[in-house]
Amino acid sequence: MTSPIPNSVTPASPVDQSLLYPSPYKEFWQAFARNKGAVMGLAFMCLVVFCALFAPWVAPHDPSEQYRDFLLTPPVWLEGGSWQFILGTDELGRDLLSRLIQGARLSLLIGLSSVVMSLIPGILLGLLAGFFPQLLGPSIMRLMDVMLALPSLLLAVAIVAILGPGLINTVIAIAIVSLPSYVRLTRAAVMGELNRDYVTAARLAGAGLPRLMFVTVLPNCMAPLIVQATLSFSSAILDAAALGFLGLGVQPPTPEWGTMLASARDYIERAWWVVSLPGLTILLSVLAINLMGDGLRDALDPKLKNAA
Amino acid sequence: MLSFIARRLGLLIPTFFGITLLTFALIRLIPGDPVEVMMGERRVDPEMHAQAMERLGLNKPLPAQYLDYVGKLAQGDLGESLRTRESVWHEFLTLFPATLELAFAALLFAGIVGLLAGVIAALKRGSLFDHGVMGISLAGYSMPIFWWGLILIMFFSVSLGWTPVSGRIDLLYDIEPKTGFMLIDTLLSDEEGAFKDALMHLILPAIVLGTIPLAVIARMTRSSMLEVLREDYIRTARAKGLSPARVVFVHGLRNALIPVLTVFGLQVGTLLAGAVLTETIFSWPGIGKWLIEAIGARDYPVVQNGILLIACLVILVNFVVDILYGLANPRIRHQR
Amino acid sequence: MSLLQINNLNVRFGDANAVPVVDGLDLTVEAGEILAIVGESGSGKSVTMMALMGLIDAPGRITADALTFDGTDMLKLSGRQRRKVVGKDIAMVFQDPMTALNPSYTVGYQIEEVLRQHLGLKGKAARQRALELLKKVEIPAAESRLDAYPHQLSGGMSQRVAIAMAIAGEPKLLIADEPTTALDVTIQAQIMELLVNLQKERNMALILITHDLAVVAETARRVCVMYAGQAVEVGQVPELFDVPAHPYSEALLAAIPEHSIGAERLATLPGIVPGRYDRPAGCLLSPRCPYVQDNCRHQRPPLDPQANSLARCFYPLNQEVA
Repeated sequence: MTSPIPNSVTPASPVDQSLLYPSPYKEFWQAFARNKGAVMGLAFMCLVVFCALFAPWVAPHDPSEQYRDFLLTPPVWLEGGSWQFILGTDELGRDLLSRLIQGARLSLLIGLSSVVMSLIPGILLGLLAGFFPQLLGPSIMRLMDVMLALPSLLLAVAIVAILGPGLINTVIAIAIVSLPSYVRLTRAAVMGELNRDYVTAARLAGAGLPRLMFVTVLPNCMAPLIVQATLSFSSAILDAAALGFLGLGVQPPTPEWGTMLASARDYIERAWWVVSLPGLTILLSVLAINLMGDGLRDALDPKLKNAA
Repeated sequence: MLSFIARRLGLLIPTFFGITLLTFALIRLIPGDPVEVMMGERRVDPEMHAQAMERLGLNKPLPAQYLDYVGKLAQGDLGESLRTRESVWHEFLTLFPATLELAFAALLFAGIVGLLAGVIAALKRGSLFDHGVMGISLAGYSMPIFWWGLILIMFFSVSLGWTPVSGRIDLLYDIEPKTGFMLIDTLLSDEEGAFKDALMHLILPAIVLGTIPLAVIARMTRSSMLEVLREDYIRTARAKGLSPARVVFVHGLRNALIPVLTVFGLQVGTLLAGAVLTETIFSWPGIGKWLIEAIGARDYPVVQNGILLIACLVILVNFVVDILYGLANPRIRHQR
Repeated sequence: MSLLQINNLNVRFGDANAVPVVDGLDLTVEAGEILAIVGESGSGKSVTMMALMGLIDAPGRITADALTFDGTDMLKLSGRQRRKVVGKDIAMVFQDPMTALNPSYTVGYQIEEVLRQHLGLKGKAARQRALELLKKVEIPAAESRLDAYPHQLSGGMSQRVAIAMAIAGEPKLLIADEPTTALDVTIQAQIMELLVNLQKERNMALILITHDLAVVAETARRVCVMYAGQAVEVGQVPELFDVPAHPYSEALLAAIPEHSIGAERLATLPGIVPGRYDRPAGCLLSPRCPYVQDNCRHQRPPLDPQANSLARCFYPLNQEVA
């Protein structure tokens, strides 16, 4: 007959507010950290970034120094290897480990600059295409469609064919090739946001066009762009390596990972490490970035959906 | 259905012109004297130079030059290779079947293995197989395929000696290029062991080229399948007493394939890009290798129109895929 | 012997200690009768029937003392043997017709599939039969509809197709799981009428799962009221509505909007259906029952025959009426 009566109310202990409402950054990190692969990817990339930043101090030798007496020495764990050259030397007697570390610098540089160089114009064009859907929009998109008609590597090859080989031209080519995806993404996101009430409210409040574009709408489109930027970063590394391998990108003796593979081709039979190791570093770096990108997407997307 | 095709064709035309504009601009952007660029020679004497300008129409305003260019294309004149003096079109036609054969083999490999792996991974979600497939596919599209090719050569050709290192067929054999497809031609010829030899030459490049499409297809099939298996009509199919195989393959896969098809089509672009790299590694005499060599040798007519041809190829394939997608998905067909 | 006999059916998702979604259910259905199963969402009505059809996947586990259909022990059947029965002798129509049909195949194909599978019909014979079935479910212009795709049909049409697919195998038992909930009110009446007519014509047993008591009153002969996975009352239709024995049945009837005309609030029971962590040791309704006694909280009442029905209550209502 007696229904359960709640105990007399005791004052609750002061609750840590930050536990109740984590800041957006903390929330994001918690979501991201749940994906173990993404965390491992992040850890590996931190290692690569560290090597890239501190290459001259981390590398045991000068990457371009040729040790004539130590041509094609195997890595330390094979017969004939030595601790002097942990990962062995290449056909000109240069320490492989140092070259790989230097190569990290190059790859990250190429990735970063090409992403920045295509992200900014890409966002601008996408914003313009979204805000002016009558004439400017379709023309921009047609141009992007034409650029996308060619596979990215071929377009990059074509651009490098005109500009000539080299590091800077590689970056330019890759930047141009990545442009259409940013434009498309931004435009799609912008068009989605333009219908929302907060945009109408901002317009009514008298926001001018630049403010509308950059302050009101753009921040809400960032999530897919961030994910795309991560994935472009990894394609940039792959494309730069491909161009290097084809002899059209970074030229020897600069130790870009792909370029190293091109000269290693002749040594498949004699010195497998000259072939395997540079490619392995490419694989691991790209894998790490892709894992991070996946984790980013999973961490950012649900939030996006919840916020909608 | 016809109106659907007509609409898609309509979109094709402006894109095609856009490409011609692009390739036209490409060549004009090359630094240096246009005559020297076009003729591949240095320091042409003034009289020849003026004649060449006249002949190549280089003294006309740019729009007129563009029209000239398109006009020539319409007549099938794609210029001559500076190295071989052969018509670009003729060279393309000769070399294209090799790339086609390779691409076809790669797609076959990627499609069959990818679909199977994706379906099984979806059916056994969370199992070791599932994680394995996901892991391998992630590695697949993270890896530089030129390196992958080298590794496979190192392992299978050099260490194990199972497959040859390069080329389409052993130099011993003299096969008449009736169709351009080595597999068919070797069957048609009466040389013993030629077919097997051609096949062995094809295997490794096909696997290398097909690796990235394989990874993408497996992933896409798995996620598509997982979504489809949750749908109500799967429950209805089971309530009808149909066998599990029928439920999965007839009812499930048919719908799961629809997004996979789009991905499949997009892979053509990847394939052509990959063909460039694969052909270089395996010395496979196709259009990819042709283009790279032309770039290295500054053979600009080949570069310009080779890129045009390849781009047209990609657009054509995307068009066909669009149509197939319409066929597969009745809802798209009946939309406006 | 009853057509369908269910004794002590338990369905759990998880291990043997997991909370049962269906808890000791007893049910019988005779050949040719219409039984309605009513209850709120989550009472276990659909799960019971899905268990019978073999549509419950791991981690769901089914245990029962008996689960017999037409003399066959359904629990002991292999997958292959069960598939001979399901879709043929027992068929089911689901709630949302718009998603129940495969969008990539024509209507005709999906009906013919059943005919091919269970009746061995092929080619023209199958198509002819499919056409007859479409006409039977009163689809206008049936000939052209055979080649239509599901997205070209309206909700009502799709449900008719689903019914055609279900009766294609000449079932002895048809289960309709909330067949009209997703449809317009005007269509609802038509579909219900169709179902009842088909049932009469073919002398099929019909199990109608619904939460709409008005439909039950009009169509069913017997009704089973479910609450929290248990059958709490099973009785004849007009009698159970006139003199409900179980307090929950009474509450259900009282909650019908028409019974609260003039009142300020709809009549409801306080509290909610027990969840995973607060399943009572005694009668499942005890936390909310307006007539609850002490022993109700500690013992589970069995489903016992009362004056007019079977009721799971120690202190059933309305027992004076003969």
